[in-house]
Amino acid sequence: MNLDFAQLVPSIPYILYGIWVTLQFVAVSLVLGFLWGTVLALFKIGRVTILRWFADAYTSVFRGTPLILQMLIIYYAVPQLTGMDIGAFSAGVLTFALNSAAYISEIIRAGINAVDKGQKEAAVALGVPYRTMMLKIILPQAMKNILPALMNEFITLTKESAIVSVIGALDIMRRAQIVGASNYRFFEPLLLAGLIYYLLVMLLTMAGRVMERRLAKSD
Amino acid sequence: MIDVNGLRKSFGYNEVLKGITTTINKGEVIAVIGPSGSGKSTFLRCLNLLETHNAGSIKIEGKEIKQLENHLRKKIGMVFQHFNLFPHLTVLENITFAPQQVLKTSKKDAVKNALDLLKAVGLSDKADAYPSRLSGGQKQRVAIARALAMKPDIMLFDEPTSALDPEMVKEVLQVMKNLVKTGMTMIIVTHEMGFAKEVADRVLFMDDGKLVEDEHPAVFFENPKTERAQAFLEKVL
Repeated sequence: MNLDFAQLVPSIPYILYGIWVTLQFVAVSLVLGFLWGTVLALFKIGRVTILRWFADAYTSVFRGTPLILQMLIIYYAVPQLTGMDIGAFSAGVLTFALNSAAYISEIIRAGINAVDKGQKEAAVALGVPYRTMMLKIILPQAMKNILPALMNEFITLTKESAIVSVIGALDIMRRAQIVGASNYRFFEPLLLAGLIYYLLVMLLTMAGRVMERRLAKSD
Repeated sequence: MIDVNGLRKSFGYNEVLKGITTTINKGEVIAVIGPSGSGKSTFLRCLNLLETHNAGSIKIEGKEIKQLENHLRKKIGMVFQHFNLFPHLTVLENITFAPQQVLKTSKKDAVKNALDLLKAVGLSDKADAYPSRLSGGQKQRVAIARALAMKPDIMLFDEPTSALDPEMVKEVLQVMKNLVKTGMTMIIVTHEMGFAKEVADRVLFMDDGKLVEDEHPAVFFENPKTERAQAFLEKVL
């Protein structure tokens, strides 16, 4: 064994700063992905055939191809096509938002469909209009099904975000690699990066549990 | 008040209602009985457009119901077999929701009315409870109060006691009996023969999507005319 963490110490703040970059990246991707995913989910449960078809095809393509491929296409191929230069961070966020929207739209669609159909009937029988019914009766109940799965998506995204290091965004992973390369010692910085990711995921898991418990108060 | 003429309804190739014709007058209490799969619930659900019929007509006060969808639903209250209370709202919110959202009643008036209704169904102490804390009988009484909060002209009951434990059936039937006394027009799909006999003005006996008998309960239960009704009553009484 020849581990030497002493050499790593000066670089720790540099790697830790990556947490901020990663979190920023994940948060922006998730918010955009959630908004776009909600729209796609509404397309899927709606009555307009062409929109339903589009949302299904979209989901199929984004779930059926590697994430890293999607990212490389957006980072390298889009500028080639449009002449517009896109930064690593923006390319990453765009890819992750587009990709997670596909998964999130399925989560939301399933969450809405899982609400007992008696709820809709009761609301309809009381004369409640569609919009009000969706907003105040169906979606609040669907959120209970959606949030745990959404939290999982959040966690997956946090881990998967490490692939933005491939296009050079300075996240935790990339910083660990840079430190490794400059010290000629990779094991220690990568171990630290792994620890950071693990702690982040544990933190998110706990936050998810707290949220679920809050939602369960009417059970 | 309600005129049903030649009502037909199919699910795919399965015709569930094969031409129902009847008239229901204001203030009448109608018990709809018959074997499972005879189309009783479908008939009831057609009356407030939870199902859309394929042929025939349903007129309420002379107007075809397909033309007055939302207006119609405000006038018709419905009580379901499985209660269908909103689980994320308290008992009080369950009752005040539709009056506030649909009739635009002020919160103060809606709450006052809801508390009166809860008192009438004997659940004043449960106003702030969530439905999951209630027994089946209590849930169904709240569901009745919720429907009544819209001040309907007609109340539909779709097997209101079928999902209840036996000891809770009585408390729900008692609430319904009280409602009969107020002169409410009621259509009740039920398997409670004793209750039908006691409170109904007419019994509609359905079998295989057809209306087989339409009689005063005393006549129907003592002297059923058709063989099918005789066979049915022999099994359930």
